[in-house]
Amino acid sequence: MSNEQRGMRKLHYHPCGNFSERYEQELTIYETDFGRTGVLLGLVLLFALVPVIAGPYLIYVINMIGIAAIAAIGLNILVGFTGQISLGHGAFFGVGAYAGAILATSLHFPFWFAVPAAGLITAMVGMIFGIPSVRLKGLYLTIATLAGQFIIEYVLVHWEGLTKGTMGIILPTATIFGFSLDGDRSFFFVIYISLILMTCIAVNIMRTRYGRAFIAIRDNDRAAEGMGIPIFRYKLLSFGVSSFYAGFAGAIWAYYMISITTEPFNLGLSVEYLAMVIIGGMGSIAGSIFGATFIVCLNEVLRWLTDILMNTGILQGIQLTMAPLRELVFGLAIVLFILFEPRGLAEVWRIVRSNFRLWPFSY
Amino acid sequence: MDFFIQLLVNGISLGFLYGLAAMGFVMIFKSSSVLNFAHGELLAAGAFIFLALVTWAKLPIFLAFIITLLGSFILGFVIERLFLRPLIGESLIYVIMLTVGLASIFKGLMLLIWGGNLYVYPDFLPANLSIQLGNVNIPPVYVISTAIGLIFLTFFGLFFKFSSQGIYMRSVADNQTASLSLGVNVRRVFALSWAIAALVAGMSGIVLGTINGINVHDLSSLGLKVFPVVILGGLDSIGGAIIGGLIIGLLETFTGGYLSPSLRDVIPYIVLVFILMIRPYGLFGLVEIERV
Repeated sequence: MSNEQRGMRKLHYHPCGNFSERYEQELTIYETDFGRTGVLLGLVLLFALVPVIAGPYLIYVINMIGIAAIAAIGLNILVGFTGQISLGHGAFFGVGAYAGAILATSLHFPFWFAVPAAGLITAMVGMIFGIPSVRLKGLYLTIATLAGQFIIEYVLVHWEGLTKGTMGIILPTATIFGFSLDGDRSFFFVIYISLILMTCIAVNIMRTRYGRAFIAIRDNDRAAEGMGIPIFRYKLLSFGVSSFYAGFAGAIWAYYMISITTEPFNLGLSVEYLAMVIIGGMGSIAGSIFGATFIVCLNEVLRWLTDILMNTGILQGIQLTMAPLRELVFGLAIVLFILFEPRGLAEVWRIVRSNFRLWPFSY
Repeated sequence: MDFFIQLLVNGISLGFLYGLAAMGFVMIFKSSSVLNFAHGELLAAGAFIFLALVTWAKLPIFLAFIITLLGSFILGFVIERLFLRPLIGESLIYVIMLTVGLASIFKGLMLLIWGGNLYVYPDFLPANLSIQLGNVNIPPVYVISTAIGLIFLTFFGLFFKFSSQGIYMRSVADNQTASLSLGVNVRRVFALSWAIAALVAGMSGIVLGTINGINVHDLSSLGLKVFPVVILGGLDSIGGAIIGGLIIGLLETFTGGYLSPSLRDVIPYIVLVFILMIRPYGLFGLVEIERV
């Protein structure tokens, strides 16, 4: 960062080694300008090309990836950086969706305000279920969040005064600064600008004392406490931040879907988010985006595959639905990644990158 | 009053089933500290193997039972060898997620083969085993399941207390490194505990299938119901699993009977959160106090 204070400087793309002289240099987000320009270029291409080229279906898939990525980043902060396993992320996503929907319909909050407000509400709900982490570690917390998942699901279905039960809620069209967001294309901008914003926030949280405290708790909670980190407070904070991301994504999802029911927010969704974090790479913000992309694409590919199998009549007579195939492939993906690449796609990406890094003299 | 007694009897029998289902879970946790999210699928696997043997292969009941137990034993062994062994020493989340992934694989496979339909076993229990208590009739399958539960409980209680393998298992659970340095074959202990746990799960699956019919979704969601049971009873206590199962079973039937049927399925989890806050090691679990 200190380089920028000197005004213009030479861009450097090929590092010959690690020459950090100060601790701040260890904190830089991009090791070389190659990454910085690459990401900028990618974003420009994303915003310039996707809305023009992609058809409605492709844009829908891309939007889904964006929403899932926001929620997955949140879960990665909790699981990958703080080391607390949550099986309730899908339910928190649902809390966000319902909070957004209720704020929009009953209190007539505008879109730009309802979404962060829903995030805050979800953060509070999440922190309630994070309280068991006062006394509990790892596996007990996992069980507590599992209970949270079922309790939230129950409340969503049965608190009919608030959530209209199984009837669901229909949301008004989102408007932002006078523009009404009524198509996949306009939502694309909202979702991806939010994703960039949330990614920046997450990346930067990890460079502050809060992020370092999270990582210290993950690596050794006793040592962290010994160093003077109040771990309960930080665990709870991590829980809150993670749920905020889930709620934020959920609220955007609710607006995007227009009508929501309680159905999607089940344990399967929570497992899906955990799968994104594991497959993407724990403790890597970019990894969460990779993981979200992988899982959403996997879902779509499976849907396409079952459609083909059904239509061509290869498997006629056998009642083939998507659910079992999806379960099977999902489980396989999780298991194979854990066994063969436990650090996920982020690690694959790092290996690919480092092969190119000193090219053509990589030895 | 009759309604009350009927609920009581239903609760106790349901509780015994939960206890049976939880027993295998506790065995895995006791020896390898692994939370097995695939336990419901192991139950279902046992139930379906038995179904296949009885209806398709038309084997006599007793032989089918023995083969199912053997098959489950081997299944547990294979799971440990293929999936869990590479993860020895890895952090908790990988192990937990691995069992979640396994659950998904098994569920998918069973859904592909049998679909989401409800199957029932042919009637094979003699009717004269039923017990009449006043106005309340206890069907034979509950009598059998209670008997099996008690037999297994005693057997495993003695196994862990006196047999050398049982003592190895406890020592590994207590401190892996120390037991390794004292010459315990930790790998064999893990393999054996998974195999035994799968065997117990297969047996429970058969009993559950006899009572409620066999359905992949029901049995796998039962695997999650195990969590309140084992937390209440204490994660590492086999007797606690039975007691916890009884309490949760009674709680469920009474909530369903007197309060509301929809609350029935969620009440165990509400209790679970409170237990975790008040007494996380459960009623009979080993009290490990670590203040961090």
